[in-house]
Amino acid sequence: MIRFTNVTKHYPTQMRPALDDVSLEILKGEFAFLVGASGSGKSTFLRLVLREDRPTKGSVHVAGKDLGRMPNWKVPHLRRQIGAVFQDFRLLPNKTVFENVAFALQVIGRPSSHIRTVVPEVIDLVGLAGKEHRFPDELSGGEQQRVAVARAFVNRPMILIADEPTGNLDPATSVGIMRLLDRINRTGTTVVMATHDAAVVDQMRKRVIELEHGHVVRDETRGVYGVAR
Amino acid sequence: MRVRFVLGEVFTGIRRNLTMTVAVVITVAVSLALFGAGLMVRSQVDLMKDYWYDKVQVSIYLCGNTSEVLSCAQGPVTQAQREEIRADLDSLKPLVAEVYYESSAEAYQRFSEQFKGAPILSSITPEDLPESFRVKLSDPTKYDVVASAFIGRPGVDSVNDQRRVLDTLFAILNGFQTGALVIAALMLLATVLLVANTIRVAAFSRRRETGIMRLVGASNFYIQLPFLLEAALAATMGALVAIGLLVLLKAILVDGVLTPSFQFTSFVGWDVVAQVSAVVFVTGVALASVAALVTLRRYLRV
Repeated sequence: MIRFTNVTKHYPTQMRPALDDVSLEILKGEFAFLVGASGSGKSTFLRLVLREDRPTKGSVHVAGKDLGRMPNWKVPHLRRQIGAVFQDFRLLPNKTVFENVAFALQVIGRPSSHIRTVVPEVIDLVGLAGKEHRFPDELSGGEQQRVAVARAFVNRPMILIADEPTGNLDPATSVGIMRLLDRINRTGTTVVMATHDAAVVDQMRKRVIELEHGHVVRDETRGVYGVAR
Repeated sequence: MRVRFVLGEVFTGIRRNLTMTVAVVITVAVSLALFGAGLMVRSQVDLMKDYWYDKVQVSIYLCGNTSEVLSCAQGPVTQAQREEIRADLDSLKPLVAEVYYESSAEAYQRFSEQFKGAPILSSITPEDLPESFRVKLSDPTKYDVVASAFIGRPGVDSVNDQRRVLDTLFAILNGFQTGALVIAALMLLATVLLVANTIRVAAFSRRRETGIMRLVGASNFYIQLPFLLEAALAATMGALVAIGLLVLLKAILVDGVLTPSFQFTSFVGWDVVAQVSAVVFVTGVALASVAALVTLRRYLRV
């Protein structure tokens, strides 16, 4: 589903590459954690998957497409197959829960009949039934992140990318979000989650890819956050 | 659905950015009104040139009792001199298209018609008005040929080119037109910059929305369309105001003031106003849209 082949990413302002000759593959339906210190290359990895950036060297394949050869005008279609969730939720404060989720479909031109059936389903899935007409600032952090997950998932993407989704949440709430991501993963969606949250990683026992200074230093199929070091 | 959604975004954008939108409308209106006024003055000048250059003549005034120039020292023009001048004028064909002789009596008659009821009439007698040849040239710009042939010649008092008088008028009008167009060009430049800036501010204030739109895979077209429509809508309103101003200019200044006061010439008609309005409208909307597109390319990239 996601394949990096000898990927190096240099940012012009930095001496050291953010990713240095990284090769790895994440299969369809997998759940993979991306761990490592700040600046280890996790965010760069996610940006390359979303094609917010292109690699300096090597190739990135997502959903069978070579992103290096993808023309700009095709990028929106790629992104429709990838849902993304962030630490800061990125909700629109002047729109209700329903409108926030519906927005993702409106802007890709989905008909309103489709939106009226699909949005309540996904709001129900993330456990926010009955709160459709609340505004983000009337919700708890965990609930806001559920809205963000609903928005990322409403178009049934093949891949869900989560960049420290539990970074702003307390441990109990984080568990809820992780259950939700796990449930989404069980529907066949590939989930890639960058995180610093050791408890979450240890509890899930999924694949763990550890990055350090742009290199993959560990890749375990049922890993934990940190090996004893 | 899509249409309603996009229009909703446009109106939200305009509401959030109301003062900037008003500024765009005003600058578009003023610059386009000036631009249109400049175009209207130009068609006015063309119209007057067509009309007057057909009618202007070179007048060769002959010596009379009151002439004081050197070439009239021998007294009033003689019959022989008169015939010689006419023969010479005839020899200048085809440059000289028509020659028409006006005697003192005829001159007095024309004068008294022109100044009917004016006090000056009582102090003028036919003898005070010189007889003249009225010459129409096939090419009005070749006045010098005629002038050099007759100025200073015995029996000729003076040679007068009516075109000179008109040219002064046209020069003033042309100056006005150039001034209006230069100011209009500067204003249009300001408009373009203002549109660009407005779009930039709008794009910045909606960066959350556009960021999410990019993320969920909205096409560039979909992301940029609301901004583009916003600029085009503001420009349309500005252009309509400008056209309103041009209509007022025609109705109040041209039809209300100029036409009754200057009946000797015709003024631009509504057909010109319609043409200029069309040009003004297209220019305004196109300029704003291009400015918006260029700015969007810079500030809203995939």
